[in-house]
Amino acid sequence: MQPLETKAIEVTDLTVAYQDKPVLWDIDLDVPPGVLLSIVGPNGAGKTTLIKAILGLVRPAAGNVLIYDKPYEAQRRIVGYVPQRGTVDWDFPTNVLDVVMMGRYGALGWIRRPGKQERELAMHALEKVGLEEYRARQISQLSGGQQQRVFLARALVQDATIYLMDEPFQGVDATTERAIVTLLQELRANGKTVVVVHHDLQTVEDYFDWVMLLNIRRVASGPVAETFTPDNLRETYGGRVAFIKNQ
Amino acid sequence: MLQGHLDIQLIAIVTAVACSLPGVFLVLRRMTLMSDAISHAILPGIVLAFFLTESLSSPLLILAAAGTGVLTVVFVELLQRTKLIKEDAAIGLTFPALFSIGVILISRFAGNVHLDIDAVLLGELAYAPLNRLKIADYDLGPASLYVMGVMLVLNLTFILLFYKELKLATFDASLAATLGFAPALIHYGLMTLVSMTTVGAFDAVGSILVVALIAGPPATAYLMTDSLTRMLILSAIIGSVNAVAGYWVAYLFDVSIAGAIATMTLLIFVLVFLVVPNRGVIAIARRHARQKWEFAQTMLVIHLLNHEGLPEAEAESEIAHLHEHLRWDPAFANQVVRYALNNQCVSQDETLLILTDRGRAIAQQALVQ
Repeated sequence: MQPLETKAIEVTDLTVAYQDKPVLWDIDLDVPPGVLLSIVGPNGAGKTTLIKAILGLVRPAAGNVLIYDKPYEAQRRIVGYVPQRGTVDWDFPTNVLDVVMMGRYGALGWIRRPGKQERELAMHALEKVGLEEYRARQISQLSGGQQQRVFLARALVQDATIYLMDEPFQGVDATTERAIVTLLQELRANGKTVVVVHHDLQTVEDYFDWVMLLNIRRVASGPVAETFTPDNLRETYGGRVAFIKNQ
Repeated sequence: MLQGHLDIQLIAIVTAVACSLPGVFLVLRRMTLMSDAISHAILPGIVLAFFLTESLSSPLLILAAAGTGVLTVVFVELLQRTKLIKEDAAIGLTFPALFSIGVILISRFAGNVHLDIDAVLLGELAYAPLNRLKIADYDLGPASLYVMGVMLVLNLTFILLFYKELKLATFDASLAATLGFAPALIHYGLMTLVSMTTVGAFDAVGSILVVALIAGPPATAYLMTDSLTRMLILSAIIGSVNAVAGYWVAYLFDVSIAGAIATMTLLIFVLVFLVVPNRGVIAIARRHARQKWEFAQTMLVIHLLNHEGLPEAEAESEIAHLHEHLRWDPAFANQVVRYALNNQCVSQDETLLILTDRGRAIAQQALVQ
């Protein structure tokens, strides 16, 4: 790699602790622009915390995060976030189109209300995820996979450069999973950088071109072909992984 | 006397609407218990400000109470952040502590002053119109109408201005934070308004029943709609209906107005809970019953379809023996046959059941799925 290349995300010496219990130890991570990166690691490895730390949602005990050489606060507009589906109350009184429009709130700023333009952008994003017919549906009446696609559409309308997604494949059916993968690869083809917290080791090589192996500390990160090795996996999962490679 | 009726109802309506608007967001944030805590914990604030101003209608009273209210929220969150206790226990610890400080202050220092615990706890709407707002001897109307009117305008303005921000921060606080909308600021803004509204309302309904005004109408409206805007409007309407209905119940039965309003709040909630279309108890029970008959009818038409045109068809479609084939209770089988006949899925040929085109279509469709 050329040392002068710009980095979409640069994490240096990041430590996050809850009280005195470290969740992330001294993480370094460089994400080059235009890659489709998955973060994998066992439960409690700190995958979600790393995403949240990049987004400034948790305060690090040490270390720094830069988005295209600037702190997150200066780059909000170019970062799209897809939280875990379970983090919100789907009984909230609102419909699909309304939730997708929330992705435009950042661009609108305080007080200004969404209008016709936001509606059109949201409809366009809904078409992309195949939910245009569901625009007026109350969000609790959606299946898990549809809810996940609503969240994706909400991130798409942000028209971000970098997307951070926390377990977008959690609890979705095979059809939705394929639709989401297609969408992720389309984003990368358009030059976007996509970081995905992922838990299915079987599909890492098919879906992603970069991978980060994480278990409180960073075990390895880089192109899948070089990084996703049995040795690294064993180190990440503590020898509990005896499958995938060479199957 | 007519003026008295009108004044009290106006105060009740304005108070109910002012409480129900921020209440919508408390209900959606699952924080209605916090409003209960606030409504109690503002007592020391009220007492201290009362000592300073020696007046129950001073604006300082509202500000001091709002301060203690926000302090309650801060204390609860600090306790929660230690991760040693959960939110409910943190609330249960915080507000009695603050409330008891208020009670002690009243009993120790406010002996002969017009500030008794009953008035603070229960309020007395009937006396509210007696305290008039006068400028140069000109009577402008009941003071609490103005207090609550100002609170209503404040709440309405806050919600209209920050509707989008409130919605986002309530639905998805982490997205609000990543987009730069400072959910903590919105949270404390809302809590300040709730505190101020609560202290404004304690004059009218007392600090305990104010929770009924904050939580009742939004919880009722939540059952009726899937839209946040409509939930806000419905809450305001339901709050007003509760207030007026409660007032007249109190008048007819000569009981406490605040108590009657809170009771009406519960009654109307239960009524909506029972009869609201789609998710009300009655609608759900009817849907279940209908599904039961529909399913039985589908079983029947599939059974007839399976044997249609075959040698055994006659035996299988004999009404009298249907229950043996399907292993149904005879009475149930008869009811299903009647249901299917009514729906014209089958027709009767003496003792035999014949599939109609409609019944055949239903059976075929069910088998495809």
